[in-house]
Amino acid sequence: MATPILEAIDVWRSYQRGSETIHALAGMHLTVQPGEMVGIVGRSGSGKTTFLNQVGCLDTPTKGTISICGTDVTAMLEKELVAFRRDHIGFIFQLFYLIPTLTAVENVELPMTFAREGNRRERALEALARVGLSEVRALPHQLNGGDMQRVAIARALVRKPRLLLADEPTGRLEHGSRVAIMDIFRSLRAEGMGIIIVTHDPTLAEETDRIIELRDGRVVDERKVA
Amino acid sequence: MTEPAFDVQLSLVAEAAGMGKIYRRGAEEIHALREISVAFAPGEFTCVLGPSGAGKTTLLNLLGVMDVPTSGALRVAGTTIADAGRVRLAEGGRDRLRRENIGFIFTEFFLLPTLTAVENVQLPLLWAEKDDHSYAVELLERVGLGHRLTHRPTEMSGGEMQRVAIARALINRPRLLLADEPTGNVDTKTRDGIFDLFRELNADGLTIVLATHDGELAARIDRVIHLREGRIVEGA
Repeated sequence: MATPILEAIDVWRSYQRGSETIHALAGMHLTVQPGEMVGIVGRSGSGKTTFLNQVGCLDTPTKGTISICGTDVTAMLEKELVAFRRDHIGFIFQLFYLIPTLTAVENVELPMTFAREGNRRERALEALARVGLSEVRALPHQLNGGDMQRVAIARALVRKPRLLLADEPTGRLEHGSRVAIMDIFRSLRAEGMGIIIVTHDPTLAEETDRIIELRDGRVVDERKVA
Repeated sequence: MTEPAFDVQLSLVAEAAGMGKIYRRGAEEIHALREISVAFAPGEFTCVLGPSGAGKTTLLNLLGVMDVPTSGALRVAGTTIADAGRVRLAEGGRDRLRRENIGFIFTEFFLLPTLTAVENVQLPLLWAEKDDHSYAVELLERVGLGHRLTHRPTEMSGGEMQRVAIARALINRPRLLLADEPTGNVDTKTRDGIFDLFRELNADGLTIVLATHDGELAARIDRVIHLREGRIVEGA
């Protein structure tokens, strides 16, 4: 069997608030295989975003292990984590987070600029073609929400990560754009990428392979989508 | 009517003469700005005041070369962007002019959640193939965030995030700082702190144009331009 893209085992994230200890994650487990798209649902405060931050190497668990493509990231130093994150993980957010003063293609080039890589323009254009955006010189304010999210997806994909983390990726989009974005996700899945989508939207979750429900920082329900 | 010509004052940071902007949505024409004539001198702090829909964002987008006029003339940082309603500077030239001369701050902070404060500030520079980590650090210290260099946006308050965004807008040593409703997402106390920072930057010689619908904020700024339905009704 192939190495899982993600293996999270008994992950805890606890915070101290005054004399009280708050467990944002309390023994979370999740495995994602190559070519699998998993939906994570749950109310606000159930731990969805905290979990995404741990898996995305943006935060470190208090306890437990997270392995990405077979590498235990919980033991890494901050500097190693930054490099690992850039090489293995793509992020997509509800609010796109495009830089308003940069054109679409420049926004896509950003991650490569940080990594000081070559052929940036060519690879950025390739990623934009991949998500079906032709207005590559447009500034974000000249694009509609769906096209802004396409740019954000191209930016997340441009360094060819194995794991894609999407936090409410269609939360701000109308139906047509939502369908188009999900089509892009499905084609990425077909190429073997592991995808985690965190969402409040039950109809979006139904389009994934498997739905995980979180409550109080742990999995309370898990089912395959028919 | 003849198109107005520029007074050639190279020292002006930005100057519009009879400038208009029409957006077309299908068959409909939306006149976002009409006959705007206004100039911004170095070191000025100007407020563009008006209700939502008055054309404030359109005006800032034009001054920031994020968009082009459909009539009249516009010069920014000594370069003619448009004249007699015709665009005189090609897209690539506009991108470069913007990157080299303009700092932009918005209501939303547009910080990348996966990057630290100092990385977010460096973004525009990386673009210019420069690496000026120490200047990014200096700017974060300047905006009062010397202790937050390696924090990520999710670990910061709204006011702190806006300060990072301000530091990022300053990284290219801009001639013109444009702030579109920069305190729209923060509480009154934070707003006052951000405003004090603008004041200090202006005292250091930075030219600032701030758009807002907040009359209380406008009352503290020396020069106020009132915008209504796409026209300057007072203060040009």
